[in-house]
Amino acid sequence: MSLDRRSLIKGAAGAATLPALGGLPWRSAKAQAANTIRLAVLNDQSGLYRDISGPGSTQAVRLAVQESGITQRGVNVEVVQADHQNRPDVGSTVVRQWYDRDGVDVVFDVPTSSVALAVNGLTREKNKVFLNSGAATSDLTGSACTANTIHWTYDTYMLANGTGGAMVRAGGDTWFFITADYAFGHALERDTAAFVTRAGGRVLGQVRTPFPGTTDFSSFLLQAQQSRAKVIGLANAGGDTINCIKQAAEFGITRRGVKLAGLLVFVTDVHSLSLQTAQGLVLTETYYWDLNDKTRSLSSRIALPGGQKPSMVQAGCYSAALHYLKAVGDMGVAAAKASGADAVARMKAMPTSDDAFGEGSIRPDGRKVHPSYLFEVKTPAESRHPWDYYKLLATIPAAESFRPVAEGGCTLPRS
Amino acid sequence: MIEELLFQLEMGAPQIVLGLVNGAFYALLSLGLAVIFGMLNVINFSHGAQFMMGAFAAWMLLAWVGIGYWGALILAPLLVGAFGMLIEKAMIARLYKLDHLYGLLLTFGCALVIEGLFRNEFGSSGLPYRIPPELLGAWDLGFMFLPIYRGWVVIVAVVMCLGTWLVIEKTKIGAYLRAATERPQLVQAFGINVPRMMTLTYGAGVALAAFAGVLAAPIYSVNPGMGANFIITVFAVVVIGGMGSIMGSVVTGFGLGIVEGITRVAYPEASATVVFVIMAIVLLARPAGLFGRA
Repeated sequence: MSLDRRSLIKGAAGAATLPALGGLPWRSAKAQAANTIRLAVLNDQSGLYRDISGPGSTQAVRLAVQESGITQRGVNVEVVQADHQNRPDVGSTVVRQWYDRDGVDVVFDVPTSSVALAVNGLTREKNKVFLNSGAATSDLTGSACTANTIHWTYDTYMLANGTGGAMVRAGGDTWFFITADYAFGHALERDTAAFVTRAGGRVLGQVRTPFPGTTDFSSFLLQAQQSRAKVIGLANAGGDTINCIKQAAEFGITRRGVKLAGLLVFVTDVHSLSLQTAQGLVLTETYYWDLNDKTRSLSSRIALPGGQKPSMVQAGCYSAALHYLKAVGDMGVAAAKASGADAVARMKAMPTSDDAFGEGSIRPDGRKVHPSYLFEVKTPAESRHPWDYYKLLATIPAAESFRPVAEGGCTLPRS
Repeated sequence: MIEELLFQLEMGAPQIVLGLVNGAFYALLSLGLAVIFGMLNVINFSHGAQFMMGAFAAWMLLAWVGIGYWGALILAPLLVGAFGMLIEKAMIARLYKLDHLYGLLLTFGCALVIEGLFRNEFGSSGLPYRIPPELLGAWDLGFMFLPIYRGWVVIVAVVMCLGTWLVIEKTKIGAYLRAATERPQLVQAFGINVPRMMTLTYGAGVALAAFAGVLAAPIYSVNPGMGANFIITVFAVVVIGGMGSIMGSVVTGFGLGIVEGITRVAYPEASATVVFVIMAIVLLARPAGLFGRA
């Protein structure tokens, strides 16, 4: 064996950093023409948020590029993607390199609130554009708002408003939270608790679960049960929510009259749980593939592998990319590249319209607004075809779905 | 005073029981690791991936072949164990003479490849797998309702751990194995096929992981990352128990499950960290682990 240990470790370390940089088709950005817009998708390509964002988001952005017709007008568009592994440090490193070296103009998606907040600050510093679809924290249009960021698809306030409000109205006036112990979970718990107390309900307690790294939620569920709360609020997402719902069913918690509020549940989560386990769950989303002809058409155009349906996050990436390219076409490539804040200002000035969310608009604080929908998961008997999972309980109009500008603490609208 | 104590007990007792259930998984997984390390001197980093493969094998058997939980409990470990033996024969066997680090890097690489392939094929949100109808329902223990399935997991894990310990410590095959670890050439000279024994041992360790995977399928989300979540804690368990000590890893597995369970009530934020704090303390006080020989 001529291989020595040091070179082996070096090789292994090199291989480990490769995925983060993978997908970059160019090496020297400077040589490229100024007539090129570079779109970058940053999300979880390998962990628990892969199915709600991941490669599907990139596919959605590519579809938007195609349908925008901007390339026919002589503008070059490049789309790249990277994995942030749900770690703020990895995300910041990738985005810094994108902005400084690779000439990226706009970053899409970025689920995981902690990473989104890091990218948010970096984007303002470099005067680029950040169109967030995947992260939930309402701070992006609140205390952390910037003139370079638009929060596109949903946020913790909207989820709390939809699901939290509906549960309290249905008599669930005492709550216990199982909260993922990081920025997103805290924001979701805070926003939901505000709704519960405002509607006259009470929060009896909460438990913060380590993220990532918790698989067994049974002891937390039991603590929730011992609090005698009528509703257990799941302020978590992805695999955590799936494990919670699965184990709550196992312990028969819902059979004893306690209601589970999945505060952030995606259609892919329901698919993973199967209707048998997920039935009756109430949740809020802004996009559901089977909502109307336009959403169905969009879902078939994004065409995810294996018949999977797009999540609202992926649909949001499509919608955001389409609107951004519309603004670029409107103001010219040079102007859009020169100042991210100008590009965002132009986007805010134009009404939005697409197959994902219908008609909408972007507020001065960077909040994209559109209706949200309260769904209930169907029983196995009610489901007629694959991915037929939701029935619509209520439509919450765009104006009522999101936190009023004045309450967010964003200083942009005043300046 | 007494009332307060009773209240504490009422809060704590269910957590101890639930901790035992998690401990059962830690014990089964660290047992497999200890067997492989003790006999082969390989730190098997693909153990988590093999645990995951066990759960997926159960799902595949049900979805594609129509074989239910009970069949999977036997078939899945055999299939995944055979796969493990293939890996051992093709790759790991070449590294026995080298430093531990090579085996560790190789198996870690294998784990990444396996998890990547599964993620590509099945996505990351996971697949549904139901509790077998025979084990549905709950026992009323007085202080809590324990789902029958969780009780079953603890019982099976204890039986499995004791069985493995008996085989290695009290049978002729176990004696050959232990001898082969100490003096492989000498044992070979007595006409025993040591390389084949190594392969079978690795297969058995992997089968144990897959068995734990099948046990986990009905209660945890069956997804490609499920093993990676577990395996880091399990390595800590093995280190605390003492590398290669069979009984040590079993006792530590159950014990740490309980400690973790109690932390989940006392200070939930630290429940993912407590095992590693204990590991640091044990390493400082007894570098060979609680049950290891220095």
